Amino acid sequence: MREIKFEVAENKKIARDIYRMTLIGDTSDITAPGQFVNIKLPYQYLRRPVSVCDYADGELTLIYKTVGAGTKFMSELSKGSNLLALTGLGNGYDIADAKNPVIIGGGVGVPPLYGLAKKLLEHNIKPSVILGFNSIEDCFYGNEFKALGFDVKIATMDGSYGTKGLVTDFIESCEYAYVCGPVPMLKAVYEKVQDGQFSFEARMACGFGVCMGCSIRTKNGFKRICADGPVLKYSEILWENS
Amino acid sequence: MVDITTELSGLKLDNPVIPASGTFGYGQEFSKIYDINILGSIAVKGTTKNARFGNEQPRIAECTSGMINSVGLQNPGIERVISEELPELQKIFHKPVIANISGFSVEEYVYCAEKINNVPNVGIIEINVSCPNVHGGGMAFGSDPQRVAEVTRAVKEVTRKPVYIKLTPNVTDIAEIAVSAENAGADGISLINTMLGMRIDIKTRRPVIANKMGGFSGPAIFPVALRMVYQVHKAVKIPVIGMGGISCAEDVIEMMMAGASAVQIGAANLVDPFICPKIIHDLPEVCERIGIHKLSGIIGTID
Ligand SMILES: Cc1cc2nc3c(=O)[nH]c(=O)nc-3n(C[C@H](O)[C@H](O)[C@H](O)COP(=O)(O)OP(=O)(O)OC[C@H]3O[C@@H](n4cnc5c(N)ncnc54)[C@H](O)[C@@H]3O)c2cc1C
Ligand SMILES: Cc1cc2nc3c(=O)[nH]c(=O)nc-3n(C[C@H](O)[C@H](O)[C@H](O)COP(=O)(O)O)c2cc1C
Ligand code: FES
Repeated sequence: MREIKFEVAENKKIARDIYRMTLIGDTSDITAPGQFVNIKLPYQYLRRPVSVCDYADGELTLIYKTVGAGTKFMSELSKGSNLLALTGLGNGYDIADAKNPVIIGGGVGVPPLYGLAKKLLEHNIKPSVILGFNSIEDCFYGNEFKALGFDVKIATMDGSYGTKGLVTDFIESCEYAYVCGPVPMLKAVYEKVQDGQFSFEARMACGFGVCMGCSIRTKNGFKRICADGPVLKYSEILWENS
Repeated sequence: MVDITTELSGLKLDNPVIPASGTFGYGQEFSKIYDINILGSIAVKGTTKNARFGNEQPRIAECTSGMINSVGLQNPGIERVISEELPELQKIFHKPVIANISGFSVEEYVYCAEKINNVPNVGIIEINVSCPNVHGGGMAFGSDPQRVAEVTRAVKEVTRKPVYIKLTPNVTDIAEIAVSAENAGADGISLINTMLGMRIDIKTRRPVIANKMGGFSGPAIFPVALRMVYQVHKAVKIPVIGMGGISCAEDVIEMMMAGASAVQIGAANLVDPFICPKIIHDLPEVCERIGIHKLSGIIGTID
């Protein structure tokens, strides 16, 4: 873990309340898709954890939703502004045991799955992709996944885009799923798949494993979402925390 | 050359900067990002007799210039702390540490202190009296001078190591509690622990943290902590470790002028993991700028 000073190269609205920020800076501590960075903002005491959407040498992409003062501030940063972030946080997705996986994302849980999809592709694994959003205004990145050659299915709650309904409506039989999204979605997907990896959120203070603020129970004892997660294996998840 | 060394009950510290209990784990994570041996000492996470998972999620709420935590003393229990965490820490940190103990009964404090007494790398035992006293109707030990004296006396009986009582600020007369600990044999006082605080999410109309209330700390509490350190230093003769909201070298000096012989850094470690090395680096420079040649010479110099 290091603190890196990034420079904003692009900060663009891509859907309702959703922004994509491209940052220039040292990404060498980022080792897996599904990890996150913890962003220092001038007017907020705690840092803001945001998943790595995509990363390359010297370039980092984040996608975030404006929900409060911190993310609102981020959305107003212009090209050339600096942003301090702790990088290389969390375990990220493990692509080693992917047999015949499906990628399933909901809302602002979609971003880390894009980086994962690219990584899987590098290993000649081409999962199908299922994305869920509330409404057409909230949809993003369907085309980016398609551009990589993935078969993409999109569900919206109100039917304004893709198929009306939930991501789980697309799941018939699924051996292995990579999942990120709101907890009710994670839980619904968990019920329908045999195995997989699920990314969780928690209110964090440190983000690097020392405060126990994000600790949850699992079948293998307690785990810190920030340091032992945010990605948990199917076999260890206990839902009593949420 | 500015002398930034200090002393706590005969224990010589290279500098007054000590990470506070609960904000540094057992040092492992920090040892990967900087040389932790530059620290004056380390106060390790609060230990209880039995392992504790702690409170439900969410445990963290943000505040203006601070945070609330309701971690709830999550720790692996005294046996594992002694057999694993402290020996592991000794491998990477070559100075005496401060072992922080919590309990819900006098017996629990005594049990832990007696065990810790034999751990070689523990230099000071810090007794956190902020927990509710399960035998005393659930009121925090630390808000009753009699209970504080009782715990202090009982712990002093089972250990040769210096015992520091860590006070809760959630009381009306902090000096009275400190004096009570001193009279019962305490070797020093640590203060302050977190202040009881609360946040409500106005959208969901529910408290932000599951436990409703939690411990408020960070820069916002610095003036309160400073005031209490000042009052306690005036009231007792034993050394005081000052903490609460410290985030820079200037804060350290201010806290020492108020009466602290050493300081602890809590929440600041969480938002800036490199804060302790920064403060240690800045201290001599800031001292020089304001004409301090010997840092320990300023302890409690405010009337
Ligand atoms: C591991 C991880 C990865 C994340 N990845 C993304 C991402 O890729 N894109 C995205 O838009 N959001 C992501 N989030 C959620 C994001 O951290 C919050 O939306 C953000 O912190 C809100 O800050 P705010 O100041 O706008 O909101 P406020 O509500 O004002 O924030 C107040 C406090 O609550 C915390 N908080 C609020 N919502 C959340 C939340 N959902 N999870 C954790 N803490 C929260 C804030 O960090 C802050 O401490 C992620 C969260 C975690 C834990
Ligand atoms: C996440 C967290 C966990 C803490 N855990 C403990 C603990 O186990 N024992 C204890 O005596 N104090 C604990 N504290 C209190 C701190 O040691 C310190 O007294 C307090 O936070 C004030 O300092 P600060 O404002 O610098 O954080 C904890 C504080 C935080 C923020
Ligand atoms: S947020 Fe501090 S341990 Fe996870």
